[in-house]
Amino acid sequence: MPDNPWEPQIVAFFCNWCTYTAADLAGVSRLQYAPNVRTIRLMCSGRVDPQFVLDALAKGADGVLIGGCHPGDCHYAEGNYKTLRRLRMLRRLLAQLGIEPERVRLEWIAASEGDKLRQVVNDMVRQIRQLGPLRLPERFQSWNRELAHQPASPSTQTATPEQEKVHA
Amino acid sequence: MPKPKLAIYWCASCGGCEEAVVDLAEDILHLVQTVDLVFWPCAMDFKRADVEAMPDQSIFATLVNGAVRTTEQEEMVHLLRQKSRFLIAYGACAHLGGIPGLANQFTREDILRYYYEEGPSTVNPEKVRPRPRHDQNGHILTLPTLHQMVRSLDQVVPVDYYIPGCPPTPAITKNAIAALLSENPPPRGSVLAPDVALCDQCPRKASKPTQLSFQKFERPHAIQPDPNLCLLAQGLLCLGPGTRAGCEALCPRGNMPCTGCFGPTSRVRDPGAKILSSLCANLAPKTEEEIDAALDTIPDPVGTFYRYSLPHSLLRRKADLTHNGNGS
Repeated sequence: MPDNPWEPQIVAFFCNWCTYTAADLAGVSRLQYAPNVRTIRLMCSGRVDPQFVLDALAKGADGVLIGGCHPGDCHYAEGNYKTLRRLRMLRRLLAQLGIEPERVRLEWIAASEGDKLRQVVNDMVRQIRQLGPLRLPERFQSWNRELAHQPASPSTQTATPEQEKVHA
Repeated sequence: MPKPKLAIYWCASCGGCEEAVVDLAEDILHLVQTVDLVFWPCAMDFKRADVEAMPDQSIFATLVNGAVRTTEQEEMVHLLRQKSRFLIAYGACAHLGGIPGLANQFTREDILRYYYEEGPSTVNPEKVRPRPRHDQNGHILTLPTLHQMVRSLDQVVPVDYYIPGCPPTPAITKNAIAALLSENPPPRGSVLAPDVALCDQCPRKASKPTQLSFQKFERPHAIQPDPNLCLLAQGLLCLGPGTRAGCEALCPRGNMPCTGCFGPTSRVRDPGAKILSSLCANLAPKTEEEIDAALDTIPDPVGTFYRYSLPHSLLRRKADLTHNGNGS
């Protein structure tokens, strides 16, 4: 999209019981908020594997927002605490790897807090806009330009000799 | 019937993987009865020209150890790919980037400046650095240059199989070669080690608590661990739950926590993120301040969680490093 000005792209993981319901509430209440968030519904914020966050960033997201129930309110008792602990560590790891930790944000948003959802999304979009684009896929490509032979994409198979059995 | 040809090559590695081949001990005699070693620069006097003269795909299997760091290594692995039917990443560095992959936290210039100018044992007042090209009275001498970053083998050429470990154990090596020579080789892309977590092979498994709970993490030099109790239960950061089995739990048997050299199982894409997820979720504290205090007991998250796998991780490298220079 070289012709269009850059817009922040944020992947949001919302828990089914609180934050996703809050997003529904924001919708039926016709609250307007920035359209930069792509929401993925999970049963619990505790389902957010740090791999999901890194994968989103590696595939071009500029930020990741995770929404769960307030402490003490988790439908599964402890899931949101687990996510809190993981995220505290993941943010340290990101900082060590040169990615602003503010790009990954965890918020507690209850089912009734449609307006908080609107504020959080707007605030995060504003913050990511200030940080600027992350553009990891483009960086990966530019890092590989130093190679004499461009590597084949991982899906490309090597030529297989006929006698070889390739299992499913 | 001619014996299948085997080649062994090293790239950015410490030499431990070559040692691991020698560690086959008497079995190496069996190996040389089964295969013809056609190229092994560390041990035998064959040159690059000998490889170039071989027909394409004429080598049955090439074991490459070490990460790809230099222009020469890139060239050689392309040549070996072309000449080999199976190209095998042998050891953690070729498999995932390995210890040399931790250099992906620094620019090439930072590394060269430290080692040629600033290191405490460096005496180099004229700041001499290796030059990729030198003219000595009309004789041109050239050197390969360093790439900007470290790569695992499969980030440079397609790889057929992976033999994990730092280094791979003799048993893993022997089984892998036997599997390749069998009539029914494993599916391409396989890691030739059991696809279960290391805890499955650990003699301490019975004492692993079903519910782990850490107040903080201990470091191995600072405590005297009980030799029989699960290391996680003693607060040590043992990466066994997120690491592939195959070594028979050598480190835990030696009273040291697993550091993850066999890499992840097939269900895990990014070993660092996964083990971080598993261990940090089981902290006991519930407030941000207490959690942060507990996390302070992991002083180097990247070196702890990605000790052998930074180049192959989802992020590959510190993202904000400058990427320039001529590679000298």
